[in-house]
Amino acid sequence: MEILMSILAGILFATGLYNLMQKQILRIVIGTGLISHGAHLFILTMGKLKRGAPPILDEGVGNYVDPLPQALILTSIVISFGVTSFLLALSYRTYVLNKTDNMEMLRGNENDQ
Amino acid sequence: MISNLAVLPIVIPLLSGIIAAFFHKKIILVRFFSKFMIIFNLLASVWIGFYIMENGSVILETGDWKAPYGIILVADQLSIILVITTNVIASLAVFYARSVLSERKEHYYFYTFFFLLISGVSGAFLTGDLFNLFVFYEVFLMASYALIVLGGEKIQLRESFKYVILNLFSSMLFVTTVAFLYSVVGTVNLAQIAERVQDVEQKGILTTIGILLFFVFASKAAIFPLYYWMPKSYIVPNPVVSALFGALLTKVGIYSILRVFSLIFVHEPMVQQLFLWLAGLSMIFGVIGALSTYNVKLIIVYNIIPAVGFMLMGIGLLSETGYAGAVYYLVHDMIIKAALFMLIGLIVYRAGTSDLRKMGGLLHRYPLLGWTFFISSLVLAGIPPFSGFIGKLLLLQAGFEKDQIMLVLIGLGSSLLILLSMIRIFIHAFWGEEQEVAAVSNKPAPSLAPSVILVLISVILGAGAEWFYPFVEDVSNMLADRDMYINSVLKE
Repeated sequence: MEILMSILAGILFATGLYNLMQKQILRIVIGTGLISHGAHLFILTMGKLKRGAPPILDEGVGNYVDPLPQALILTSIVISFGVTSFLLALSYRTYVLNKTDNMEMLRGNENDQ
Repeated sequence: MISNLAVLPIVIPLLSGIIAAFFHKKIILVRFFSKFMIIFNLLASVWIGFYIMENGSVILETGDWKAPYGIILVADQLSIILVITTNVIASLAVFYARSVLSERKEHYYFYTFFFLLISGVSGAFLTGDLFNLFVFYEVFLMASYALIVLGGEKIQLRESFKYVILNLFSSMLFVTTVAFLYSVVGTVNLAQIAERVQDVEQKGILTTIGILLFFVFASKAAIFPLYYWMPKSYIVPNPVVSALFGALLTKVGIYSILRVFSLIFVHEPMVQQLFLWLAGLSMIFGVIGALSTYNVKLIIVYNIIPAVGFMLMGIGLLSETGYAGAVYYLVHDMIIKAALFMLIGLIVYRAGTSDLRKMGGLLHRYPLLGWTFFISSLVLAGIPPFSGFIGKLLLLQAGFEKDQIMLVLIGLGSSLLILLSMIRIFIHAFWGEEQEVAAVSNKPAPSLAPSVILVLISVILGAGAEWFYPFVEDVSNMLADRDMYINSVLKE
C-alpha cells in the first residue's frame, strides 16, 4: 500500500512539474495545485498507513494511527488552499493588466523600471 | 508563567495587524497605532533579551505538552538577538513608510501586512519545531505576497507572479522534506531530531534530506545558483517594502541554514564543503551582477548575494570563529541593507530616475544624503572601523584557521568589488554636473532620518564591537555545542 501511494505521489509531482513549466498561467496554477496534493499524500504515506484504526490513544486501545501526519496535512492543506486562491486572483489581475497569459510575453526587460 | 515571554514577539504584531485591519481607512489613527505598537514590541523584545542574557533560554511548551510532543518555542540568545534586530528595522521602517507610501497604499492594509510579516519573521526565529518553521515561513510569505503587489502596477503583477510561484514550489518541497525526515527519525522537534540523527544507521538518506532542506532554504536566502528570482522581484515594490524584504526575508533563510546545519546535519563534512563552494560562487556572481547594471536599485539588490555568501562561508567552516563571524555579519547585514534600500528610495526620488547614467550632482543640494550614503557604502564593503569589518575579519580569520586560502581571497576580492559598485553610485549620482530633474512629483520627499539612525547603529556596532562581541561569542559557543541546545529543550 505504501509503495502504491508513493508512486501516486510521484506521478502527481511529475504532472505538477510538467504543468509548472508550461507557458500558460492557468496551467502553472494547476501545476502548483497538483504538486501540493502530491506533497500531502506523501506526508500521509510517510506516517505509515494503517486502515481501520482511529488516531486515538486510550486505555485498552492498542491499535491506533499516528495522529501527527494528519495534523501536519491539515495545516498544510489550509495553507495551500489560501495560497492557491490568492494565486488565482493574482493571475487574473496579471492577465487583465498585462493583456496576456503567456509567460514568454511576461519576461520584461531591464529598462522598464 | 515566565516562559510565556517567548511568544510575545509573535503575538503582539499578530494582534496589532488584525486590529489595524479594522480601522484601516482612518489613516492618522492607524499610523499612530502602528508606531506605538511596533515600539512597544521592540521594548518588549529588548526586555526579553535582557532576561535571556541573565537567566538563559526561555522555552515555551504550548498547552503544557512536554517538549518532544507539544509545539515549542525556543527563545535562546541567537533567536532573541535576531528578533531585536528585526524590530529595530521594523520600527524605523514604519516611520519611513509614512513618507514613501501614497495614502491609497496605506488604505489597502499596508500596516496589517507589515505586522503579519514581522510576526512571521519573529516566529521563524523563535520556533523550535521544523514543521512550525514551515508554518511561520508561510505566514511571512503570505504577507510578502500581499506587500509585493501593493499598488497593483503592471510590472509589479508581472514580477510578483514569478515570486509567488517560486516560493510556492519551494514551500511544497519544504513540506515534502519534513515528511521525509519524519519517516526517518519520527519527530519534527528540532532538538529531538538532533538527538536521534546520531542513532540513524543509514546516514546516506539523511544527507539527501539535508541537501533537500538546503535547497529550500537556499532558494529563500538567494544563494548561488538559486538567486535568479530575486533581483527583479525586489526592485518592483515600494522602497519601504524592498527595505523590509532585503533586510529580513533572505536573512530568515540564512538563519534557518545556520540553525539546522549547526544542530542536525553535522555528520557529513561533504555538505559543509558544498557550502564553501556555493559561498565562493555567490560572492563572485553577486558582485558581477552588481557591476553589470546601471539601475541603482538592482545594484543594491545584487549586493545581497555576496553578503549571503559571506554568511554561508561562516556556516560552512564549522568552527566557533566561523559561527561568530556569521552571526555578527547577519546582524550587520540586516541593518545596513535596510538603511541602503531606504537611502536608494530617497536617491531615486531626488534624481527622478533609477538610471545611473541620467543622475548627477546630487551632492550640491543634498549633502547629508550624500555623506550618509558614502558612510553606508563603507560599512557595506567592510572598511574599518565599521561593523562590516568586524564580521568579515572574523570570517576571514576562521577561513585561515581552516586553510581555505582560496575562499579568503575570493572574499577579499569581492569586498573590493562591492566597494567599487557602491562608489560607482556615489560618483555617478552625487558628483558631476547637476541634472535637470525630469518630473518632480508633488509627493513629499521620503524622510532621511530612519536611514541615518540605521547607519549610526551600524557604526556603533563596529566601533563598539568590544561591547557586543561577548554576546556573539556566547551565541557561537552555543551553536558549536549541540548538546547545550538539546539539553535546554528536552531538559534531561
